[in-house]
Amino acid sequence: MLPLLETEATHVSAQLILQQVANGIAKGSVYALIAVGYTMVYGVLQLINFAHGEVYMLGAYFSYYPAKWFGYVPESGEKPKVPLYIIGALFVGSMAACAAIGMLIERLAYRPLRNSSRLAALITAIGVSLFLQNAGQMVFGADPKGFPVFMDQHSVSLGPIELANTKLVIIVVAAVMMTGLHLFVQKTKPGAAMRACSFDMRTARLMGVNVDRTVAMTFALGSAMAAVGGVLVAMDQPRLTPLMGLLMGLKAFIAAVLGGIGSIPGAALGGLLLGVAESVVGTWSTTYAEAVAFIVLILVLLVKPSGLLGKSGREKV
Amino acid sequence: MGRMISILVVALAVVFGVNWFLDSFIDTYVVRVVNLCGISIILAVSLNVINGLCGQFSLGHAGFMAIGAYVSAYFTTTLRYFDEAQAKYVSVEPLLGGQWGFVPALIAGGLAAAVAGAVVGIPTLRLKGDYLAIATLGFGEIVTIMITNFEKIGGANGLPGLPAYSSTFWIYAFVVVVVMFSWYLQRSTFGRALIAIRENELAAEVMGIPASRMKVMAFIYGAFFAGIAGGLLGHLLQTISPATFNFMKSIEVVVMLVLGGLGSMTGAIVGAIVLTALPEALRDVESGIGLPGVRMVVYSLVLILLMIFRPQGVFGQKELSLKLLGRLIPGRRAKDSGGEE
Amino acid sequence: MSTLLATENLTIRFGGLTAVDGFCLKLHEGELFGLIGPNGAGKTTVFNMLTGVYLPSDGTVHCDGCLVNGMNPVQVARLGVSRTFQNIRLFDELSVLENAMTGAHQHSRINLFDSLFRTPRHYREEKRQRDIAYRLLEFMGLEDRAGLAAKQLPYGHRRKLEIARALATEPKLICLDEPAAGMNTGEKAELSALIRKIRDELKITVLLIEHDMKLVMGICERIQVLDYGKTIALGTPKEIQNDPKVIEAYLGGE
Repeated sequence: MLPLLETEATHVSAQLILQQVANGIAKGSVYALIAVGYTMVYGVLQLINFAHGEVYMLGAYFSYYPAKWFGYVPESGEKPKVPLYIIGALFVGSMAACAAIGMLIERLAYRPLRNSSRLAALITAIGVSLFLQNAGQMVFGADPKGFPVFMDQHSVSLGPIELANTKLVIIVVAAVMMTGLHLFVQKTKPGAAMRACSFDMRTARLMGVNVDRTVAMTFALGSAMAAVGGVLVAMDQPRLTPLMGLLMGLKAFIAAVLGGIGSIPGAALGGLLLGVAESVVGTWSTTYAEAVAFIVLILVLLVKPSGLLGKSGREKV
Repeated sequence: MGRMISILVVALAVVFGVNWFLDSFIDTYVVRVVNLCGISIILAVSLNVINGLCGQFSLGHAGFMAIGAYVSAYFTTTLRYFDEAQAKYVSVEPLLGGQWGFVPALIAGGLAAAVAGAVVGIPTLRLKGDYLAIATLGFGEIVTIMITNFEKIGGANGLPGLPAYSSTFWIYAFVVVVVMFSWYLQRSTFGRALIAIRENELAAEVMGIPASRMKVMAFIYGAFFAGIAGGLLGHLLQTISPATFNFMKSIEVVVMLVLGGLGSMTGAIVGAIVLTALPEALRDVESGIGLPGVRMVVYSLVLILLMIFRPQGVFGQKELSLKLLGRLIPGRRAKDSGGEE
Repeated sequence: MSTLLATENLTIRFGGLTAVDGFCLKLHEGELFGLIGPNGAGKTTVFNMLTGVYLPSDGTVHCDGCLVNGMNPVQVARLGVSRTFQNIRLFDELSVLENAMTGAHQHSRINLFDSLFRTPRHYREEKRQRDIAYRLLEFMGLEDRAGLAAKQLPYGHRRKLEIARALATEPKLICLDEPAAGMNTGEKAELSALIRKIRDELKITVLLIEHDMKLVMGICERIQVLDYGKTIALGTPKEIQNDPKVIEAYLGGE
């Protein structure tokens, strides 16, 4: 009976859905890169680092200025030829700068509040986010900036679907970075210190873990990952604004909640699922695609606040 | 009750006089700032019941405002939209046209927002702290996205042509009402129950205070007045769009509360006035020194520094005048907490 | 003497750990009953099950003929069971008087409308709550502190205020969780007298968890001993003092 139903129309729409899934994976990879920053910081400090989306924004700008300085401004008709090591240097430079910014935010704004209420810390985080947005508008200007074209954009055929090569780069780079981060946290000594702090900070301190340094490292790592996301998006969709981190940050945070806050594989899974869901809904309505994240958020919080891969805790009486 | 009515009558008479004075002698720009301050006071005082008294950190106030604004506008404004069935532009006359329809329209907006308050309050009962904050933020965003998709009320482009009904009189009449009700609420068994829930929810429940019901009540109360404030703002600006009510608006109201001191109604009022009037004042400074945008930077820096050095806000949880009075008149303090008879 | 509270085979497990195992308790009306045991024996967990804070994994709690398990703390409070907390849980920002008044909230019959519009019913309710609260503050010897914020009280007074607040719910049974912890000898003597007065004058049944043996032995009529979640002894203070199992639990536990 089923083959009878398989008409041309449904075939096309199935292919379209598949196409949207592929696009969603690219989108979700960026969410995942940003979400790990939220999840690691929340795991260690129980703080929603609202300013993390702005770190992503800065990551994009930090690669934009050197790229412009190098002289690679898009020219019509000409195929850009940029040596790979320059692109690599842009990534590394932006990651380093964002890591420094992340540590600076932690040192100046969050560390003085480590022992005060979580609400005070949350409001401070909102303040830092507002500050970076507005300072960004002053320094960079509110008008959107076009990123230099570094790659010859073309699409790649993968079976029934076609994917822009920049999107493919996003997926591959994000996968490599996420795997690297996961291995770092699981296999190295500083990674073990991070896990110890997120399990119980006081005990970790007693066991000889340098908590301040570990927290700073958490911010540095998370911010560097966000920077990677920023540069990737800037190369894919060259439209930089000081407010670009706002919605992106929120959605990445939702991805972290969906995956289970505190879990790095969770952030990856949550990011991918959210990206795919948005893309697929976007087939029908782009404005409702914007609502997907928030609906997902409310559903997750109501049904399973600990997320897909998270651990649930119990309040002590 | 008699006392309450006499306070109300006197206050409204004063508001009427002030309205006349402002309209007759004062620059329209200043009047506008005064009006915006009034709307901010309604927002901050109503949010204080949710965030300050009950300790439920909500970031969704702009969502309630949006509902109030659009519902009240629906009753007062001629809607023009492109009808696909008839393939032409159509106009729909308002149900409650004219001055006399304004207050019923505002109340309808408030009631719609209150229903939304219950809808948000009930499912988010299980959430605490920053999770609740982010869920209410999500609710606010969903509201604006839904409005964006609703072409009959202007969609993303916004709804123009709201009649300019929001006079100083009406705005401050509602300021009087919300301040009076919130003060009475705070100083009643319900206010104590809300504070008890904030201070220690488990102990409150063990004392027989139904925490869930009280929290939903706080959400409904806060949402109702946020809806009224949204309606007033809409009929002041005369054009509303989803962007007017994005989550920055919620954060603005939270910052007003935090500046004054979460849990202090007088603090909320002062915070609302300062944070509404100050940016206007800074606007002149800004254009004077030629650095556009600097006021928002200053604003966010103040917020960060405030949290680091005085997280309880300027007034803490104290109320401005009564405590001072209590200190000036010895022997009044013991009676002070009991209410006013 | 009729039974006020009875538990049958009460058990709770947290993950793999059985915190309370087959706990049986029969509390007579008007009794002053002690629940003792070494640290971590599961006494507070029993209180949490009796007051609806924890849902037992197994077994039943009956109070005054009603089944308590499955009720939430609010419903249990309405049934007439009140308690204090080992780690004091006062409403710090409210005044001493207001803390006691919150206990009387559950019996108020007014609605929000009354308070917002200041109807006569509102004023009557305020007066009722204030009268109850003052009476109990007087009972606990805190009346001259009524206007202070709860957080300003010294430690011993905080414990007493918690008892006053619990009494303001007008309970049939009050569960006191280590009320003498952190008090000096003089305060403890005063507290003993107060606990006895709660039972004798207010006619409220008292269930007491306490580590101070002198206090427990001095005022309780019957005592039950818990160790590792299991009941190891039940009897009068004299019987308990001479029970070899109790002696072993305490000495072995130190």
